Amino acid sequence: MIPAEEHIPSGCAAAGIMNKSGVRISGDAIMDMMSVMHSRSNGLGGGFAAYGIYPEIPDYYCLHIMFDNESAKREVDSLIEENFITERQEKIPTRNIKEIKDPPLLWRYFVLPKPDKLIAKNIDANDFVVRLVMLINTRIPGSYVNSSGKNMGVFKGVGYPEDIGRFFMLEKYSAYIWTAHGRFPTNTPGWWAGAHPFSILDWTVVHNGEISSYGINKRFLETYGYECVLLTDTEVIAYTFDLLVRKHGLPLEIACNVVASKFWKDIEIMPEEERKLHTALRMTYGNLLLNGPFAIIVATNNYMMGLNDRIKLRPLVYGKKGDFSYLASEESSIRKIENNLEKVYSLVAGKPLKVEVNKDVCA
Amino acid sequence: MSVLDKLLPEFFIKVDREVCIKCGQCVKNCGFSALMQDKDKNVKPIHEKCVACQRCMYICPTKAIQIIKFPGTQKHNDYWKPEYIKNIKKQANSGGILLTAAGNDKPYPVIFDRLLLDACQVTNPSIDPLREPMEIISYLGEKPIDISLEFRDNKYVLKDNIKPNIKLNSPIIFAAMSYGAISLNAHKALAKAARECGILMNTGEGGLHKDLYEYSDNIIVQVASGRFGVSPEYLKRAAAIEIKIGQGAKPGIGGHLPGYKVDNEVSSTRMIPKGTDALSPAPHHDIYSIEDLAQLIASLKETVDYSKPVGVKIAAVHNIAAIASGVARADADYIVIDGFRGGTGAAPAMIRDHIGIPIELAIAAVDDRLRKEKIRNKVSIVAAGGIRHAADMAKALALGADFVTIGTVALIAMGCTLCQKCYTGNCSWGIATQRPELVERLNPDEASKKLINLIRGWSLELKEIMGALGINAIESLVGNRERLRALELSRETLEVLGVKPAGR
Repeated sequence: MIPAEEHIPSGCAAAGIMNKSGVRISGDAIMDMMSVMHSRSNGLGGGFAAYGIYPEIPDYYCLHIMFDNESAKREVDSLIEENFITERQEKIPTRNIKEIKDPPLLWRYFVLPKPDKLIAKNIDANDFVVRLVMLINTRIPGSYVNSSGKNMGVFKGVGYPEDIGRFFMLEKYSAYIWTAHGRFPTNTPGWWAGAHPFSILDWTVVHNGEISSYGINKRFLETYGYECVLLTDTEVIAYTFDLLVRKHGLPLEIACNVVASKFWKDIEIMPEEERKLHTALRMTYGNLLLNGPFAIIVATNNYMMGLNDRIKLRPLVYGKKGDFSYLASEESSIRKIENNLEKVYSLVAGKPLKVEVNKDVCA
Repeated sequence: MSVLDKLLPEFFIKVDREVCIKCGQCVKNCGFSALMQDKDKNVKPIHEKCVACQRCMYICPTKAIQIIKFPGTQKHNDYWKPEYIKNIKKQANSGGILLTAAGNDKPYPVIFDRLLLDACQVTNPSIDPLREPMEIISYLGEKPIDISLEFRDNKYVLKDNIKPNIKLNSPIIFAAMSYGAISLNAHKALAKAARECGILMNTGEGGLHKDLYEYSDNIIVQVASGRFGVSPEYLKRAAAIEIKIGQGAKPGIGGHLPGYKVDNEVSSTRMIPKGTDALSPAPHHDIYSIEDLAQLIASLKETVDYSKPVGVKIAAVHNIAAIASGVARADADYIVIDGFRGGTGAAPAMIRDHIGIPIELAIAAVDDRLRKEKIRNKVSIVAAGGIRHAADMAKALALGADFVTIGTVALIAMGCTLCQKCYTGNCSWGIATQRPELVERLNPDEASKKLINLIRGWSLELKEIMGALGINAIESLVGNRERLRALELSRETLEVLGVKPAGR
């Protein structure tokens, strides 16, 4: 694995599929979508997020972790043993393919925080997991947590996305939400932990663009305990949604008004209460405005959302057919797997598009 | 007078007799009486009195006057600079403290000049401010740590009110310069420009003249140790209140407005007898601890019904981060940090030139500390002292300041030529003087137009810089050190600044 020394800007392809009734489909479809956008990547990063893949053990946090070496794994093992009840741990299945070279050790742990640890630290389980993720990423060299949510997982690495998908044998998983990313890093070599999706708890983010505000987004998040060590601008987006929505309790649509805030010229002509709200959002969370070009797909167990920067510097297309919703950098990617769409249109600058799964899917 | 009492002039006035038309304008315009006319109307220079304010050069219709450095020389010595020798002689004559004005002009390294801003290339497009919205509105005051919402009438609305903040159209504030140190016309120009530009001017510690009442919404009033002009009425007639503890040009030193600058108007505005020296001591005699400061902040807020921000101005010194943390916790809504390049109307030269630290380091240290302590939201940070142009401003913001103040820059825009003799009260340009015949030289309307142009120009440049950085809201520039790189700065300096070296 190549350790990153710099923040890595990226170009990229993004895609997502969701079935609102919870029908789970194999990873073939999302890999097909990504293969159409092959030239948007350059083989230095590909990755997938899948929701609903561990239905037999849905209440346990599943930590997908990559290790540079055995000693890093030993350290993490002992940290997990000390803090978690482990129901199961195993190597993440992969197949050998010539396109994917020098993969790190890939492991997954199904865990619950030890109750006495939560009591001792007076902390809820989600916060406990977030802290442990930060601890592993920052204090144990050569170990990186790829995902830490329940009934979901992130599979990523250095390679074209369709190769990464084959490497992880994603055709064997079935999920009701899939998101994916093909990376085109321009300044530095890709590295395994620097591939998308970026994730914390069950939040995942794939991103096409470059966040010019990364420096201050990172510094702001650090004051809330989020350590941005993966050195890629997209990392801050996952933490931002976790902070705004989970920690501060903002509705998702309001959180979107933080990361792609309304312009002052529009705020000024709003009715008074609305104006007060949007002024307060900018004053409070101005440092979390994601400035620069972005098209992102954010997913959780409950929904998939697409969002563009407020002057629309990157493409993102929505398509719908029956219970299936699609998002992709290119319409052709959606039509590759569903040509008979009921709706298809490009997202509007700064306006989120959210598709939710039915309530009983994640109940 | 013995020969030992004599000092060689600093400047030499050359009058071209062939070009001079003997109109006498230069003589009338010299605030320092460095020119006179003989009985034949020939202009005679008195070199010793010249301060190189250049008024005569600007005013001369035939450009017959040149001011040059005094051509005499001493034996070269890298250690004993001519300035030091001159100062020794001055003090040997007077036994006094050496006074000076304007900012520290010594050749310390300028960190701003070793910082470079980033620019977008290929993957991250720059933004064209002429065609895309580019937002530089900034709010001065304490921000919430989070916000509470309620769902009402099918929409989300804010549950709690936000503490008082002032909206500024550009992150620039005219620095505190008191009425007394500068003229009423200069104050009027600053106030008028502040209102026109939607920014703020600071009265300094000199009270608020009644002619400025109409500009209340754009004025910060100052409460300094002398308490000059301070009354409930004064506090209520401002948009914000600022407690002045320290000043970058003279950290740990109080203020002194000489009696000859205290005319009728200054006297009534400052609430002191005419002709008396206005002494503001270094310490506030009711502030000997951070708790005392907290009490003063609380009383000021109480006086104005918690309706406006209360700030604290401190000088940049080596432990500034800890001090700023204390000030934020004492419930200040903003902190002005004044670096050692800050200007002044009068300061002991040794203090001005040798005490304090550069603003760049102070801002970086304070912003870091407040973020680490999770109280960055409690205060706006205002960087003061030595901001020279829009790029300095952008760099100060990227290091962590929310606003910058400009004092010397504003004076230069109004006509100041940095002769550094403000403390004499003889400003030939009508800025740093109370002599009526000099004051009337500064037309407040014309001067305010210059200031408005300056703020407009800097705001446009700031937008251009932001566009080059690929950002369209100032919130993404403030504290964004990723957008800076350093050229030839030491590892330790980089560490304090939180900036990477160029090339990484």
